[in-house]
Amino acid sequence: MSTEPASTAPPPAEADLSSPAPTRRTFIATTTVVGGAVVAGGVIGGSVLVDSENAAAAQAPPASRVSLTVNGTRRTVTVDNRTSLLDLLREHLDLTGSKKGCNAGACGACTVLVDGRRVNSCLTLAVRLEGAEVTTIEGLAKGDELHPLQQAFIEQDAFQCGYCTPGQILSGVGCIQEGHTGSPEEIREWMSGNICRCGCYVKIVRAVEQTAAGRK
Amino acid sequence: MSPQPRSAVGAPLSRVDGRLKVTGRALYAAEHEAKGVLHAVIVDSSVGRGRVTSIDADAAEAQPGVLRVIHHGNAPKLPYRDNPGSNNPPGGRRLRVFQDDKVLFHGQPVAVVVATTLEAAQHGASLVKVRYDAEKPSTDMAAATPDQPTEYARGDADAALRAAAVRLDLTYRMARNHHNPMEPHATVARWDGDRLTVWDKTQWVVGTQTELSTVFGLPLASVRVISPFVGGGFGSGLRCWPHTVVAALAARETGRPVKLVLGRRQQYFGTGFRPAYEYRLRLGSDRRGRLAAAVHEMDAETSSYETFDEAIMLAGQMFYSTPHVGQAYRKVPLDVNTPIWMRGPGFANASFAIESAMDELAHELGVDPIELRLRNEPAEDESNGLPWSTRRLRECYTVGAREFGWDRRDARPRSTRDGELLIGLGMAAAVYDPGRMPARARVRLGADGTAVVEAAASDMGPGTYTSQTQVAADALGLAMRAVDFRLGDSLYPQTPPHGGSMTMASVGTATLDACDKVRRQAVTLAVEDGESPLYGADAEDVVVRGGRLHVRGNPARGETYRSLLARNGLARLEADGSYAGPPEPARHSYFSYGAVFTEVAVDATLGLVRVRRMLGVYDCGRIVSPKLADSQALGGMVGGIGQALLEHTVTDHRDGRIVNANLADYLVPVNADIPDLRAIYLEGEDTRADPLGVKGVGEIVQVGVAAALANAVFHATGRRVRELPITAEALL
Repeated sequence: MSTEPASTAPPPAEADLSSPAPTRRTFIATTTVVGGAVVAGGVIGGSVLVDSENAAAAQAPPASRVSLTVNGTRRTVTVDNRTSLLDLLREHLDLTGSKKGCNAGACGACTVLVDGRRVNSCLTLAVRLEGAEVTTIEGLAKGDELHPLQQAFIEQDAFQCGYCTPGQILSGVGCIQEGHTGSPEEIREWMSGNICRCGCYVKIVRAVEQTAAGRK
Repeated sequence: MSPQPRSAVGAPLSRVDGRLKVTGRALYAAEHEAKGVLHAVIVDSSVGRGRVTSIDADAAEAQPGVLRVIHHGNAPKLPYRDNPGSNNPPGGRRLRVFQDDKVLFHGQPVAVVVATTLEAAQHGASLVKVRYDAEKPSTDMAAATPDQPTEYARGDADAALRAAAVRLDLTYRMARNHHNPMEPHATVARWDGDRLTVWDKTQWVVGTQTELSTVFGLPLASVRVISPFVGGGFGSGLRCWPHTVVAALAARETGRPVKLVLGRRQQYFGTGFRPAYEYRLRLGSDRRGRLAAAVHEMDAETSSYETFDEAIMLAGQMFYSTPHVGQAYRKVPLDVNTPIWMRGPGFANASFAIESAMDELAHELGVDPIELRLRNEPAEDESNGLPWSTRRLRECYTVGAREFGWDRRDARPRSTRDGELLIGLGMAAAVYDPGRMPARARVRLGADGTAVVEAAASDMGPGTYTSQTQVAADALGLAMRAVDFRLGDSLYPQTPPHGGSMTMASVGTATLDACDKVRRQAVTLAVEDGESPLYGADAEDVVVRGGRLHVRGNPARGETYRSLLARNGLARLEADGSYAGPPEPARHSYFSYGAVFTEVAVDATLGLVRVRRMLGVYDCGRIVSPKLADSQALGGMVGGIGQALLEHTVTDHRDGRIVNANLADYLVPVNADIPDLRAIYLEGEDTRADPLGVKGVGEIVQVGVAAALANAVFHATGRRVRELPITAEALL
């Protein structure tokens, strides 16, 4: 997967995890890459070994049916087993408010709530979520009435470009629910899984603080 | 500014697009045209230099869902006409995707896989087998040969240096930095016959439009570029990069719309970067610290195929009074992709060297760092003899020192402790040369009394939507909510790149001009209309507030835009506005200024630097949107903290691979790294700058931060670190 660091290169980690057991093909390809393929770098190394098994590869990709609740609506979908929750939301359910920043769990732009807990949706396989309740940024407001943290983000100007904002807000909702808002220092620590490259941290902390205070 | 009453401009308003952004409804590049779109994933070169000898796409094409694998062996020849006036470096030969077998840098696109699903495209890309005839790349600036220098000289710097009572010879090194905006670069491309539409992450829709038109040999009008929201840029979107061409090519070859999103790793070679620098600075002064001579020798990375240039020399020519100055700026071609401007381009690097060196000189002479700077404050711009438009640096020092408590600083290094921690206070001055370029805008005032303003423009985060709406609202005499400012479409009137701190002055002036014209049309209509209460009034006496025209000082005598247009049977009033750019030749020297103060705590055992507080004081002319400008300043400080303490793109020189091309290993500041920060903008305006009196905000706020931190680290520890980032290793 050329979009990812070579060390996590093909086949996609999702495929490994979603298969009932690692096949010989995926096992060899993965270990080859980890071991450092030489011919043409990490990405290509696996394919040399995969070639002889083209027939297997030509089958339709494994897919599964999964039923989950997204923002209060029950959805039953058939997804490629490799599909992350983030890609399910963005590419299949037209819920593009959850953002892909790194696709590796390092930036937090994809943060959503699953069963009330904040998770990186880019690292969460969709097929794992049978029966789960997912809340995305699109499901936070009640009609026209914004969630208090959404309102606080506007008032405090806790964003600039807005791309990390949905993840920051979902993470902030989690942070408040978890009770990690005793001091600005504590909020900073528990909001550090969400990178804001525009550098709005001071105001993100204020927005979370303001919202947490309003709940008391 | 226009004679209109000012209510929106200067008011601390919230963002007009805030609701869209906090509800997830603001659409970024990859989020358009969702239905029926194909997914494209680039296969990038795994060698750092050489030739592609074969590409075997059989396994990839056998994957269900994979439709095409495009590479130099099967791609059509593209015209790649010259694109003068773009942000492509002049004189180079830009990277031409899939046009030949050459590999110029590690990560260069060598193929693209197009599939019906993202998963299939990603897996397919992993199966493309590329063989190379690889050569050892040259990626180490220290081991490579520089180009001929660009030089500047006034006086006789070498002689003056030899004669100086005090001499310093200092070499500073700054790492390569990557912009890493949170939104990955992405393009959605769609062809309708010979017409191409792309939704692109770009800071300049006009630039992407001209690039695609020249690459594909299309008339300019056949290419439309749309970019309403940009998830950060900091300069990375100032050029149209190869992946945008790849997306358009893939869409043409498959006959379907194509979406291409760069992976985070691919941003590190698929888009530009702030080049690494080696900056040798020799200073000569008298015993009181009055500078006599400065010799600047700057080496910076560039690519083998283009020569990237930025304003690294200017600060050394104008910032401090220096009779004798010599400069040599050399670019070092390497087997890397071409750099691009990054926040505070040139100045953010030059200021680290110059402002660190001034701190070193102050320490050498036992003079307070602010006092040393005041002793070298120039009366005019010594590089061209022009008077300053405004230069309020002294006020920045005074206000900053007062608000920060600078006088409580014990000047001796390593003199202040907090338990086990070493405490240091540092400061640095900042300067930036904000751009001003010709721009246009268009306004339509409707019969319902609301207005639509359009300009190609961009808003990567600073708040163009909001600040332009503020300018338009006041000039039209409308409430903010009655103005709809639209941007990010090449069909709108042309504007310059959204960078270099030029948007407010350039686009803002065009917006002001257009709105002034429409308001004057309405006023003229009213005073000449026998049925208007304003009939016969002096047009110069008529103002508009809340959509109602009235005689100044007599609100009772007037009428609304709505009634005026309705009575005259007009569906709308329209006007085009423009800004011609600064006067030529220049009559004033025009810069924004700042002073940055910071306190650090250093754990000497672990070598860890923590920022405790930071204050920036800025002379940026009029601040149109104070709430948003404050956010920009704090964000610039965060960027500077990253530059100073964390950010470092690391290349393995054996194969030219960037080893930390991800957000876990390329460190950027996170929330826990950032204390309370504070910004102060000096009140006032620069009436000689432009009709709005603004000087631009976005760049100056990062300049000086790195030097202030390095100076604070020196004050805390007695250790002078001349290399960025300042890592734990340097302090152990």
